[in-house]
Amino acid sequence: MAEPLLCDLSAPGRQGVRFPEPDVPLSSLPTELLRQELPMPELSEMDVVRHFTRLSQLNYSIDTGYYPLGSCTMKYNPKVNEETARLPGFAWAHPLQPIETVQGILVLMHQMQEWLKEIGGFAGVTLQPAAGAHGELTGVLIIRAYHQSRNDTKRDKILIPDSAHGTNPATSAMSGMRVVELKSDSRGNVDLQALKAECDDTLAGLMLTNPNTLGLFDENVEEVVRLVHEAGGLVYGDGANMNALLGVVRPGDLGIDVLHYNLHKTFSTPHGGGGPGAGPVGVCSKLVDFLPGPLVDVIEEGDDEMPPLYGFIDPPKSIGRVKSFHGHFGMIVRAYTYMLMNGGNGLRKVAEFAVLNANYLLARLRDTYHVPYDRICMHEFVMEGRWDDAPGVQALDISKRLMDYKFHPPTNYFPLIVHEALMIEPTETENKETLDAFADVLIKIAEEAHNEPQLLKEAPHITPVGRVDEVKAAKDLALCCGVAALEK
Amino acid sequence: MFIPHTDADREAMLRTIGVNKLEDLFQAIPAGHRFPKLDLPPAITEMEAVGELQGLAMANETSRDLACFLGAGAYNHFVPAAVDAIIRRGEFMTAYTPYQPELAQGTLQAIFEYQSLVAALTGMEVCNASHYDGATAVAEAVNMAYANFRGKRSKVVLSPALNPQYRQVVRTYTPGSNILFVGDGREGNLQSGPQSLFSLIDNNTALVVVQYPDFFGRVYDYTELARITHEAGALLCVSINPIALGLFTPPGYMGADIVTGEGQPLGIPLSFGGPYLGLFATRKEYVRKMSGRLAGESVDNRGQRAYVLTLTAREQHIRRERATSNICTNQGLMALASAVYMSLLGEHGLRQLAQLNYHKAHYAAKQITSIPGYSLWSKDTFFNEFVVVCPDPVSDINDHLLDHNILGGYDLGQDYPDLANHMLVAVTEMNTRDEIDTFIEVLSEVSHG
Repeated sequence: MAEPLLCDLSAPGRQGVRFPEPDVPLSSLPTELLRQELPMPELSEMDVVRHFTRLSQLNYSIDTGYYPLGSCTMKYNPKVNEETARLPGFAWAHPLQPIETVQGILVLMHQMQEWLKEIGGFAGVTLQPAAGAHGELTGVLIIRAYHQSRNDTKRDKILIPDSAHGTNPATSAMSGMRVVELKSDSRGNVDLQALKAECDDTLAGLMLTNPNTLGLFDENVEEVVRLVHEAGGLVYGDGANMNALLGVVRPGDLGIDVLHYNLHKTFSTPHGGGGPGAGPVGVCSKLVDFLPGPLVDVIEEGDDEMPPLYGFIDPPKSIGRVKSFHGHFGMIVRAYTYMLMNGGNGLRKVAEFAVLNANYLLARLRDTYHVPYDRICMHEFVMEGRWDDAPGVQALDISKRLMDYKFHPPTNYFPLIVHEALMIEPTETENKETLDAFADVLIKIAEEAHNEPQLLKEAPHITPVGRVDEVKAAKDLALCCGVAALEK
Repeated sequence: MFIPHTDADREAMLRTIGVNKLEDLFQAIPAGHRFPKLDLPPAITEMEAVGELQGLAMANETSRDLACFLGAGAYNHFVPAAVDAIIRRGEFMTAYTPYQPELAQGTLQAIFEYQSLVAALTGMEVCNASHYDGATAVAEAVNMAYANFRGKRSKVVLSPALNPQYRQVVRTYTPGSNILFVGDGREGNLQSGPQSLFSLIDNNTALVVVQYPDFFGRVYDYTELARITHEAGALLCVSINPIALGLFTPPGYMGADIVTGEGQPLGIPLSFGGPYLGLFATRKEYVRKMSGRLAGESVDNRGQRAYVLTLTAREQHIRRERATSNICTNQGLMALASAVYMSLLGEHGLRQLAQLNYHKAHYAAKQITSIPGYSLWSKDTFFNEFVVVCPDPVSDINDHLLDHNILGGYDLGQDYPDLANHMLVAVTEMNTRDEIDTFIEVLSEVSHG
């Protein structure tokens, strides 16, 4: 039985929250512009709580089960993060308060900038970007501004390997750049010959996801960076896969010029069913002046009696603001809490065990599923969800069948360079028993695919809804309650 | 921390992989840069971390400690307990983007409810699953309008009374295009309403952007502006404060083509500026031009009603470099918070709240005009925010207010050189009459020098 919509639950006259009567004399309302109809649902508080609680129960989540989505880093989100972000001294601070009243906040933000610099090997960090794609936009705008500042205006080409996230080409286009795709070689690395052919004086930069979306660390990364730099370009690092690199290698040490972090992947802030994320950006020394402002810095040195005064500064050649205020401060508090509890050594352990878990699953599954680029992986790997002797079975069917065994499926159909891709990222917070249970189920599903393919084709059987008609959704376009079909 | 492996697990797993130790898994990393020593503090326990964060939190004075008259794009409103209780549910909070609809009907229906509520509130036909904040929502509107005319119209008219930070973000977002921004430079007339924009709109104009209430708190009827904009073949975007729509006619009824807004007032804590919520709604004919995720209603293979992300062919993961926006992650949990908030208030709660804000702000404004040396900058209709002309620099007055535990208004001279000594004052349901009276009293002390 489907959960009704709010508009169906509404009854005229109900109200879930009331406000006090005015304690001031009433002023006359304007005679024009007053709103007549306000078609909002009317419900009691319990109606609302029960409705949304029931909806929540239709969801799969990290708190209820294993969520091995590749490139999404669905690690455990510590509960303490939610407590610290809601401390009244953080949650009720207005973003435009005088800096003297928010020194605790500014110390935290400054510390976060410093830690992200240290972890990535960068000279400067902005906390402003709201998400990974927003960080990418910031980074590419910085690359663009750098070349413009040198009057090197013909550089408008961004190279993007074919294994990249879809955000990379969209970001480059949005920044007014020209996108050229680069092939991967047979080991999953950037094809050096293809790269060399594109290294000319129009090259603005290369967007490199490393480890790439095959879960492989590019074995030629130093050569790739050298070639781009020699041609006058800059290297953007997509930090979506940073979980594999914490304390293992600093992208800045490899010559990466600019990189975004995903606090909602690497540093355990919750994904929230699609956000909010946070996408701070780190840059090398020659790009510090281009960061979006404002940044947090010491604006008055302290002495024996007074602590330093923290405030905001604007970098001299800043690309400008990329959003209102100072970034997703609430997410920064969560990530800060997580980093405090891990420390430097703990972060290295995060990467090591994320990589251990991925290689363990790979070892358990490679005899059953074809792994096209089979070498030691980093935090994730990609295998094919198809067999020549099980015609008709696709990655999608395997994904849907996993749901019957109460597992969330891996990322499917990405990266595009693997047929029927299943991209698995276990994360470090899962124990061996869970990984074994997941591997056992995938092996069993492979048997079913050969012997009882209907079980896969008809899956899932036990979820609140079955396979959803996506064609109808796009054709009939019902996007609001009470509007059955927008365009019909 | 948060790693469950026993030593025995680790050894068994390494054996299965066929390596001896963890370090063996990292041979692909250039040896010279492998395992750097990170200069970070040593790990501490949860108990210690909470203590440290409490210390940092207590080093701030916030709108819970001070009487807050500061707005300018972020507002101090009451958040009912049920909002946080719902968004803290792990099933919502720790779920991913709903790409697998069978396991995400909760998130998907919640987005659909959010889309319905925002469409109803703004008087528009469709709404997406959100942008990052009010500023980036306007930037996306500019990109949408530019793409709508395939780059053939290059002018965007920005009201000078559009939030200055939004105007900065719009410019940051569009460096590669040849968009010409007009209206908010020296040619802009701050004191006049939307009429001053009329003469700037022509057949090269792609978009006109205004704010409602505007950055100075004023409320104007944009019907005539919409008519003139449409006559020129351009689109009109109105950036809203959603609470005001509990009292005033929504822009959808005035002819707006795009309605954006900062959704923070809808049940989202101030949190020093984020995470907030970028509202984005439009008319149905532009639904395929709008960026961002959309939840649509459909049926499943068992004949049940079911929800799914739809029109995904517009988005970056399919269209790649041909997408008009790279947006991927949005503000899912904040959109949920606003949906719970709007459901709790409903029609009557929202009307009551909007009127309460209106009456309190008007009481404060009236009292301020009684203090010698202070006056209201505009006589036009306003909602819960207004501009006060002050006898002294705003920063001096705010220092004095802070000594009396009052967070004063926004210093407009920071953004508008012509408005030095002008303070933007916000009053919400959170300000008691006592607070307002004290605010007035302290202001009058300043006026006496």
